[in-house]
Parts: sequence; C-alpha cells; structure tokens
Amino acid sequence: MKTFEEVHATHNWEATKASIYTKTAEDVEKALSRPKPTLEDFKALISPVAEAYIEQMAIKSRAITQQRFGKTIQMYIPLYLSNACANACAYCGFSHDNDIKRITLNKEQVLQEIEVIKNMGFQHLLLVTGEHPKDCGIDYLKEMVEVVKPHFPSVSIEVQPMKEHEYASLIDMGLHTVYVYQETYHKENYKTYHPRGKKSDFSYRLDTPERLGKAHIHKIGIGCLLGLEDWRTDSFFTALHLDYLEKSYWRTKYSISFPRLRPHVGSFQPNVEVNDKQLAQLIMAYRIFNPDVDLSLSTRESKKFRNNMLQLGITAMSAGSKTEPGGYAVYNEALEQFSVADDRSPQEICDMIKTGGYEPVWKDWDHCMQTS
Amino acid sequence: MSPLQLGDKTFQSRLFTGTGKFASNLLMEEAIEASESELVTVALRRVEMDNKADDILKHLKHQRINLLPNTSGVRTAKEAVFAAQLAREALETNWLKLEIHPDPKYLLPDPIETLKAAEELVKLGFIVLPYVQADAVLCKRLEEVGTAAVMPLGAPIGSNQGLQTKEMLRIIIEQSQVPVVVDAGIGAPSHAADAMEMGADAVLVNTAIAVSPNPVQMALAFKMAVEAGRMAYEAKLATQSMGAEASSPLTAFLDEL
Repeated sequence: MKTFEEVHATHNWEATKASIYTKTAEDVEKALSRPKPTLEDFKALISPVAEAYIEQMAIKSRAITQQRFGKTIQMYIPLYLSNACANACAYCGFSHDNDIKRITLNKEQVLQEIEVIKNMGFQHLLLVTGEHPKDCGIDYLKEMVEVVKPHFPSVSIEVQPMKEHEYASLIDMGLHTVYVYQETYHKENYKTYHPRGKKSDFSYRLDTPERLGKAHIHKIGIGCLLGLEDWRTDSFFTALHLDYLEKSYWRTKYSISFPRLRPHVGSFQPNVEVNDKQLAQLIMAYRIFNPDVDLSLSTRESKKFRNNMLQLGITAMSAGSKTEPGGYAVYNEALEQFSVADDRSPQEICDMIKTGGYEPVWKDWDHCMQTS
Repeated sequence: MSPLQLGDKTFQSRLFTGTGKFASNLLMEEAIEASESELVTVALRRVEMDNKADDILKHLKHQRINLLPNTSGVRTAKEAVFAAQLAREALETNWLKLEIHPDPKYLLPDPIETLKAAEELVKLGFIVLPYVQADAVLCKRLEEVGTAAVMPLGAPIGSNQGLQTKEMLRIIIEQSQVPVVVDAGIGAPSHAADAMEMGADAVLVNTAIAVSPNPVQMALAFKMAVEAGRMAYEAKLATQSMGAEASSPLTAFLDEL
C-alpha cells in the first residue's frame, strides 16, 4: 500500500491548480448529476465556474446531509489547556515569537473550567494545546484526559502530532477523536509558514493521520487553513487525503473543518481571501463528494453564516467557545488564539438550531462503546 | 392479523422503529405514537444511561413501547458485550439489538464479531436481535446459538434503497425458525409491504420516517403498509402466472401416439 506522502507526491501543485481553474460548466453539470462523484468531479465543484451553480449545490448538499445525518447537529466545545508553544507559525496567536503570557492549566484549574462547561450542557469536549513537549507533552495530555474523562462521554484532542504508540495509549484511556490539520498541502511553501519547531517537518505532519489510523482511532479530523495558499488547490488535496484515508483505514470515521484565517495578535494577514460564498461552495462540494464525512463549523464564522449553513451540509458546531486557556472560569484575559465571530451562548445557539428545524445532539458517544 | 411472538413478548404491531435523525425528540415521540410501534430501538451512545431525566428516554416512556437498546458504535464482540451489560443494568431490559459495524461509512455489519457476541450474550441471558447481512447461512448459525430473531438488511442503513437483497431474504425467510425482521434500507411503505408480503415477520424503519418532511404522517403510512403486507401474506397471495400460456397445447401429441 502506498503511503499518502507517496500519493501526494504524484500530484503536482501547479498542474492540479490549472486543472481546477479550467473546469467547464459541462464538468460541473456532470459532477452534479453523478450518483457517486469522483475526485475530478470535486475539482469541478470547487472551481470558479461552479459558483454559478451554488443554488443547485445547496439543494443537493442539504438532501444528502439530511438523509445521512438526519435533522441533527452535533454540539462540542473546545477547552484550551495551554498556549505554550515552541513553534513559530506565522499566522498563529500562540506562536513562540509572540510576546504573550504563557499559561498551562493545572488539574484544579481544569476542574474549574469543566464545571462551567458541564453546566452549559456539553458532553463532547475538545482539548486544545500548543506544541510544547515540556509544558504540555504526552504525559500532561494523559493526565488531562484522565481528569476530564469521568465528566464527558466523548473526548477529542487538537494538539501536536504524536507517535503511534502514544496515540494508542490515549485511545486506550478513552480518547475518541484527534483533529490534526495539515494547514497547507503545498510542500515547498509549508516551510515559510512553519519556519521553526517540530511543526516545520511537513512529512511528519502529513503522516499523522496514517499513524492514527494504525492506532485504530475512532475519528480523525483533517483540513487545511484557508488563507495560506490557493484554497481550491489545498481543498482538493484535503479531499484526496480523505479519499485515501477512507480506503486505507476503513474502521475510522472522518471529519473535515475549514478554518478561515482571522485577525489575531501578530502581523500576519491572509495571503488569499476566501469569501462567504466561496466557503459555502466549498462546504457543499465536500458534502456532494462525500455523503458520510462530518463537516464542522466553528465560532470563527459569523452568526449569519452559521445560521444559514446549518441546513446546507454542516453536521457539527461549537458554541460559547473561549480560545484562551482558562477562559471559561479561571482567567479573564485576552490571550486568545483567534477571536471568535459568533459569541452567542450555547443556549442561544441551541435555540437557533431548533428554530431552524434541527435537533442539537449533545451526546453521541459513550466510553462503554470502546472498552479495551 | 396475527400477533407476533418474539422472545418472551407478544406484539400486536409488526413495525419496529428507530429514534435517530428526527428534527426534535417531540417529533420523534409523535411519529412513534402514530406508528403504533411497540418495539423501539435506541442507540446506547446517544442516551445518558445514568440520567433518569435523559431527554430521549423521557420521550419514550409510554406503556406500549418496549425499549430495544442497540450497540451501534462498537467495533468488536468484546465491546458489544461490555456495552450490553451496562445497558441491561441502566435501562432495565435484557433485550438487545446487536449491531457491530466497524465500517463507519456504510455501517455494514461484521458477521464474525456478530456471531461471537451473539453466542456470548445469549449465554448471559440476553434476548438478542442481531443486525446482519442478508446471509442465509449466518442467519442459521445465529439461530443455532440462540438469538431470538435475525435482522437481515434490505440495503445499507439509511440508504432508502428498498429490498436490494430480496432473493437472499427469500431464502432466509424460507429457512428461518426464528422471526425474521427486515432491517435497514426500507425507504418507502411499499418496500415494507413487499417485505411483509414475502413473509417477513416484522420490519424496522427509521430514516424513511425521521427524515420525511412529515414524519407523523409517514409513520402512519408505514403502519398501514406493514398491516396490509402482513394481511396479504396471511390471506395468501394468488400465484403469479410465470408467463403466457401456449395457444395450442404442448402435449397434445401424447394423445396421438
């Protein structure tokens, strides 16, 4: 079996880009009429010419999502454990180069945070850290999973890439999902955004979902950061990655996120802008291409956008998110990784979902399903 | 229409229903009410087993409804057995819909793990209803280890494709000595009626009701279709002609010899 790095290497960035930008209306129509769209169809659906078909895409995306997932939205919330980070990612508020106060929550502080989160109704908790082996390495994560597990039936992480046996030990403890975004699949330019630290290793990061699959994780979240390189090309590589992973690690479920770069501490501004219409097009294209993948929309996006995308392909939403460690109970300082655009309370989001004719799903996992 | 004997219970309704994908728990309750279903499956992973006020369970507290917890989400026999034991304690029922689908994409059942788990769960005193491929040999093996029924699929879960496995279902129904419940893939009342006319003992329907723009009316339509199909089966369908009859007798020559 080829590794994804080998598959990735067979696709030239510029040629891929050119093939997306030269798709025709006929290609889009073909993609929309096919029962099982191919990767070439996906290119057509994210191409500039498909913008004119956005209404047809919305109708199709909504119907597929309702059939597969019903009229439900999964609810989750991030808990930022630490903003300590040895990386120097050009776009990130936690970058080592930024002069901010570094905080790593201890056990007692985490318990304070989760008390507030539990009272909001959440059952799915996403633990987030920067990458700092000393302050928030594997031992720290193990300790924190142990602390939060009795309180949440579903625990996910979005942290530094780890080794297969480290993932295996966390899965044994009850970890359900790992989110690890490639940021960009543009190998040559990757280094310019991630100049130092462990994250500068493009290949190790690209190989991470593979290690997770081998460790038999239940769900893997992938994606690219919109705003670094050409978003259509990066999204094609995300779809290619998804396609590869589904075939190689068929016991695992997949999720895609589409973080758009937002203003933050530091000077980096997005290289390319993805407007709302384009983001909607991308979300619908993912859905039409893959009926089963989870599509998650965070509080980075605006109220109006989230209200309206609710029915058009999305399956998971966060609410009431604080993106700084201690933000729920311990501290009230501006240390956030990015600023949220949708600052409504979980109750308000819940009401919005219900008004839209959907049921918010708080619990969709139980530790009893993965005894080892 | 004759009642259905299954496990230690008798059911007047031969329509089993699910609880997923509804736009609200209230709508789910109303649809199940309209369906008159007496056996309702609920995913263990969705309910708070230690919370008596769980919102899904709250909406299923009707005299008529028997809960059928399911193990959707587990990937191995070991996980299924562990989850089932917790469910039995928390939900106070030894009925179990055994679902082991390690493939999260098409949710197709693992026959090897399912047979292993079924054997163990029967020994532990469970009334086991296993979700399986339309595999006649597997269904006989499950019957031999003591499952209360078999639940072969008509098509992949949630696909609404109808009885894609019809010829295999026919063999399963012919051979089975436990009730056959056609589960998964039933997308329209006509599919349900078709399964019942073939002699299926019951059907389980979820997506087609939950995702309909009018789940309550659709539930009623399924109830009627299941009853019609069963009544037709019991009344015995007229034999269908296999083809046109020859205009002149084929064996007339025998009289001329």
